[in-house]
Amino acid sequence: MTEEKLYTGAQMVMEAFLREGVDTIFGLPGGANLPLYDVLENGGVGIQPLPAGVEPKIYPIKHYLVKHEQCAAHAADAYSRVTGKAGVCYGTSGPGATNLVTGIANACMDSIPLVCVTGQVISALLGRDGFQEADIQGITIPITKHSELVLDVNEIPRAMQEAFHIATTGRPGPVLVDIPRDVLQKTGPFYWADKVELRGYKPRLTPDPNEVAKAVELIQQSKKPIILSGHGVIISHAYEEVRELAEKANIPVITTLLGISGFPGTHPLYLGMPGMHGMYWNNIAISEADLLIGVGMRFDDRVTGRLKDFAPRAKIIHLEIDPAEIGKNVRPTATLQGDARASLRALNKLVSHKERPDWFSWLDELKRAHPSILIRDTQEVLPQYVIREIYEATKGDCYIATGVGQHQMWAAQYFWYDKPNSFITSGGLGTMGFEVPAAMGAQVAAPGETVWSICGDGGFMMTLQELATIAEYDWPIKFAIINNNNLGMVRQWQQLFYENNTVATPLKNPDFVKLAEAFGIKGLRAERKEEVRAVIDEAMNHPGPVVIDFQVKYDENCYPMVPPGASLDETIDQPAWEPEKALVG
Amino acid sequence: MVGKIRPHTIIALVEDRPGVLNKIASKWRQRGFNIESLAVGHSEQPGLSRMTFVVDADTNAEQVVRQLDKLVDVVDIRDISHEDIVARELAMIKIRADKQTRSQIIEIADIFHAEIVDVEPDSIIIEATGDEQKIDTMVGLLRDYEIIELVRSGRVAMLRGPDVSHPHPRLDDEPDEQYDRYPGPHTW
Repeated sequence: MTEEKLYTGAQMVMEAFLREGVDTIFGLPGGANLPLYDVLENGGVGIQPLPAGVEPKIYPIKHYLVKHEQCAAHAADAYSRVTGKAGVCYGTSGPGATNLVTGIANACMDSIPLVCVTGQVISALLGRDGFQEADIQGITIPITKHSELVLDVNEIPRAMQEAFHIATTGRPGPVLVDIPRDVLQKTGPFYWADKVELRGYKPRLTPDPNEVAKAVELIQQSKKPIILSGHGVIISHAYEEVRELAEKANIPVITTLLGISGFPGTHPLYLGMPGMHGMYWNNIAISEADLLIGVGMRFDDRVTGRLKDFAPRAKIIHLEIDPAEIGKNVRPTATLQGDARASLRALNKLVSHKERPDWFSWLDELKRAHPSILIRDTQEVLPQYVIREIYEATKGDCYIATGVGQHQMWAAQYFWYDKPNSFITSGGLGTMGFEVPAAMGAQVAAPGETVWSICGDGGFMMTLQELATIAEYDWPIKFAIINNNNLGMVRQWQQLFYENNTVATPLKNPDFVKLAEAFGIKGLRAERKEEVRAVIDEAMNHPGPVVIDFQVKYDENCYPMVPPGASLDETIDQPAWEPEKALVG
Repeated sequence: MVGKIRPHTIIALVEDRPGVLNKIASKWRQRGFNIESLAVGHSEQPGLSRMTFVVDADTNAEQVVRQLDKLVDVVDIRDISHEDIVARELAMIKIRADKQTRSQIIEIADIFHAEIVDVEPDSIIIEATGDEQKIDTMVGLLRDYEIIELVRSGRVAMLRGPDVSHPHPRLDDEPDEQYDRYPGPHTW
């Protein structure tokens, strides 16, 4: 489709957004991406006088101004996780673009479709170390699914259309489009292909029927099967399909960290998370299982523990869209390369019910003997208790965004996710500070919903400047800072593996209540156990954003734990609390 | 090469665009693939380049192929180590040669069917083509003289027989199932 009308490069970017259904952008302006801003608010075209053939046009696209570009990428990332659409973020050239890097890497590790549009110095200055020049296309090669520097205005529509196609199809991922300022201001006709054709990119979506038959055979024969449900289930919206497989074939389900909220958290077949801080019973069960069905997951080291001793008795069926993940860490017996939903549907047609009384009673016995997630009955404010109280107060009807570390693991362990796709966390890259911008993106994506951000005090300090953004837009996010006044997970490693040499982990935190108030946000604090529920309720009843400082036990450790380099069957369970003092979780 | 496990020969058809080599090299470096040689040039199809590269025997060739195939600019890639292939390399060797040694050097070149492409009063350039082993052997013999400069192109390879080593890409290949890019709201 080509029109006679002329568009500026910036207008072409907008036209592409319109066709891709983009209505939300997170970003920060600068010299090199100003044409993209000029066209946002007033329909201007960034050049005076207006070139012949170009008309001003207002685009119905909302831009949210962040305070640091890293948060633009993270917010777009979380927005994408919640909506299922591509997230879009802006940064200017040089530092604006390099500030996006952490967010792009985070999205790449977690397979999140982002389209990052960066302004670049004008073409004449490219490669000459111009002011605020950085080779962002080159910098982001290893952390994007695709990246392109567009030097010709006529290439912008193609580049943008391909960017959305590549970002959102196959195994999703971030795409960066870098455009020099002068190219954004040049003019040309706009065209849009009916269908994107890329000869080097054809994701395979439906699995090989022979492999499906082999997998069905393995499932029917298996006495001790487990489903490992990963992020791919959420990405491909295979919720019903994974549940159907579990219920139809009668197989217990473990979700990876990013697979959490892909399967109902209170379902009788649900076993929780495996791996480094997974449930003890899961790690032992994986070591005992005779069949693992990995769905949309990549057998990451945090899941497998020491690889050579992973699942020694199990055959593996791997449902995976990315061919490079197949055989990378484990050797599957059957490989269903394709979209998780399509592959599960193919399996569901052929599997049949099988009673596995021995396997389920063995699992029940294991769970009874090793109840990994007990909360001690103590007067201290335990972080697990705070998270459980948030669950009790919300009944799980909210989105949970987390950062990375102990609080993240506790949020994965002590909260029951019965709302689909309600757990927003940084898995692969493990980006501290994700909790603040992720909550922003989730709230924008789900305006009427409750968003709780479970924060570490360390991570919160990395991105708290966004409280200004949150106050400006009055997003009613509830921030629960699990404040143990130290970098908890690192301190735990120092205690367990570095003879308790707690170098550089104690934190001298600010007064988070006063800090919130300085941003015009309600601040609350709980220092005693009986205050915890009261401040949660008070926060829930407040219509605007709230920051809660939960002063929790300084040195609580996160268990169960597989020590780094150990195998799953060497999991250290929760130290045995006196059972009568424990509240069973 | 004798007595060693053979390195892998991988050929790729890639888009002829700026930055493509950078992306491929970035994958090699990031994933720790050890590249022994690389040769790249235009293919029979406009807009596409053909690459031949050799990765050492310890590298997981399957991962090399699959990781590089993820690049949008890589149209097709395959490991042809176990296929029936013709593999060649070109070498140019500049040697110090005077009246006494010139004829001896030419004699060695003749044995290997190499050509003399430049002769000066005190130097000579030999151009040799063949597999790596042949060139290694010739260079070994020439080490008795003074080698001023040695340059090797790296391996280029193709399948024997009438078929093209890469199936020609077709743009009208339909994906096997219509794919909904935005499958709607998240519900159980």
